[in-house]
Amino acid sequence: MTATTTPAASETLMQKLIRRRHGDDEQAPRLSPLWTFVAWLATLAFFAPVAWMVLTSFHQESDAATNPPSLFAPLTFHQYALLLGRDITPYLLNSAMASVFSTLLVLVLAVPAAYALSIKPVEKWTDVMFFFLSTKFLPLIAALLPVYVIVKDVGMLDNVWTLIVLYTSMNLPIAAWMMRSFLAEVPKEILEAAEVDGAGLPTVLLRIVAPVAMPGLAATSLICFIFSWNEFMFAVNLTATRASTAPVFLVGFITNEGLFLARLCAAATLVSLPVLIAGFAAQDKLVRGLSLGAVK
Amino acid sequence: MTTQTHPLNKHGRPLAGHVRPTGVNRWQRRFPLLPALIFTVVVTQLPFAATLVISTFRWNILRPGDRHFTGLSNYAFVFTDERLRNAVVNTVVLTVSVVVLSVVLGLGLALLLDRRFPGRGLARTLLIAPFLVMPVAAALLWKHAIYNPDYGLLNGTLNAVYRLFGADNGPTVDWVSSFPMSALVVALVWQWTPFMMLILLAGLQAQPGDVLEAAKVDGASAPQTFRHITLPHLRQYIELGIVLGSIFVVQTFDAVYTITQGGPGSQTTNLPYEIYLTMFRKFEYGQAAAAGVVVVIGSIVIATFALRVVASLFREEASR
Repeated sequence: MTATTTPAASETLMQKLIRRRHGDDEQAPRLSPLWTFVAWLATLAFFAPVAWMVLTSFHQESDAATNPPSLFAPLTFHQYALLLGRDITPYLLNSAMASVFSTLLVLVLAVPAAYALSIKPVEKWTDVMFFFLSTKFLPLIAALLPVYVIVKDVGMLDNVWTLIVLYTSMNLPIAAWMMRSFLAEVPKEILEAAEVDGAGLPTVLLRIVAPVAMPGLAATSLICFIFSWNEFMFAVNLTATRASTAPVFLVGFITNEGLFLARLCAAATLVSLPVLIAGFAAQDKLVRGLSLGAVK
Repeated sequence: MTTQTHPLNKHGRPLAGHVRPTGVNRWQRRFPLLPALIFTVVVTQLPFAATLVISTFRWNILRPGDRHFTGLSNYAFVFTDERLRNAVVNTVVLTVSVVVLSVVLGLGLALLLDRRFPGRGLARTLLIAPFLVMPVAAALLWKHAIYNPDYGLLNGTLNAVYRLFGADNGPTVDWVSSFPMSALVVALVWQWTPFMMLILLAGLQAQPGDVLEAAKVDGASAPQTFRHITLPHLRQYIELGIVLGSIFVVQTFDAVYTITQGGPGSQTTNLPYEIYLTMFRKFEYGQAAAAGVVVVIGSIVIATFALRVVASLFREEASR
């Protein structure tokens, strides 16, 4: 190997990315038919439980609980009609409220913070970043007891706003890291040029920062939404009848009604649907969000 | 005097950057950061202070009048309690198995998906589905639709295969009771493998193409290329996957609560579930708080190591 093709040890991740071989380009080597078979086998094996869940959700209970499983039983919307016609709706609404409001609150707090960590950085901004991240390492379970005691004292048990505040604190570090990584991509030269030309802060934000930050904003909202929508531990322990969210419904459903496999699968599919759709639509953004903006 | 006495930041450390902006400018810069910082300190640090206080009390809500200061006796209990030690072991076993297995499987899948093959885009989409299913829904799905001894998919498929070969009936295995820890691990690996795959795939695709080209020209075999070029390049992505995966898997509550309830006995009780039991089944608030403090200290020890990994990735990016 010649010296010019060896990546220098000091090469930054950014430089690597510039030289990156795109996954979809024509140069990517092909898999042999055998390995293609293996790849598809593995894919289907991983997807099988999801497929089984969706298929069962369209079956009648009598067809769902058979051994061996009935793959070709007649399909029906019966289970979904039952669920939506009865009691899942308030839970879905609570989930939607907790996720959407906490995501908005996270953005309101994280976007200015990210601005102060990238575009006009405060001194020691890396320390601040790591302070945010360190809170993410604290196990949520350790917060359950004090949060429960405090929330009970101020009469906020079984209240969606309690969940909104908790989810905001849970997602704020992730959002700050992600938004910083996006805002860091705003070209410094253009910012400086705009300042020299006497552009005011609103103009700079609207014309220069916003276009670069918008995809980041979307990706950050997506990640925050997913984590809030799926959260279970706080929801099950801090809510009772009024503020319970979708995951709590799923668990209560089993204990209250015995086992109705088809209806359980329908409920599981229904509550997973928003995240599945959002995740599929934003696949490319997912990895950047999950890695706190470190991997693009 | 402003150059001599540095104002202090939240952590009581002086703020001394290379460039020293004037006081007004400095506060202008800090202002957008303050709401997020104050919110985080109030919502994450105050409860911890409360935990510290509660951990020094003898406090069981079943005996309302009897709440008094006991010093460190809750800690003495925590460090000698058989159940808690067991929970620590279970947490380590669960986290290590899930993270290692999902990294290995995720790497395999990422290597396959890094190549072109018919339907690659669709395969990638299908593969991330397990990660997007709500964790509680996934846990219930595994427990009832897959592991169920009577009509779960696993026994059902075994049964169908046995009948295919002329046997009367397949075995009826109660998967969750017979293999509780493995049942948990499999369900969690299923959920976390796509996450690892996404990170490692991004790593593979960030590999400079010219280096791979050069290796090929120089006659390196595929395993050689993988061993000497791809793997070293992937190292930081693997570390990132391990760190982030561990943060989430250590906290596993949904799956334990749903699939095994920590049982049989306490065979699958991990720390989050044990603390939950102490709080909401035994109502021993003081003990739960002490356990919480110990868990936080444990996390800080692990986190200092983990943060170093993140910091190394971060420095690369920040240095540009």
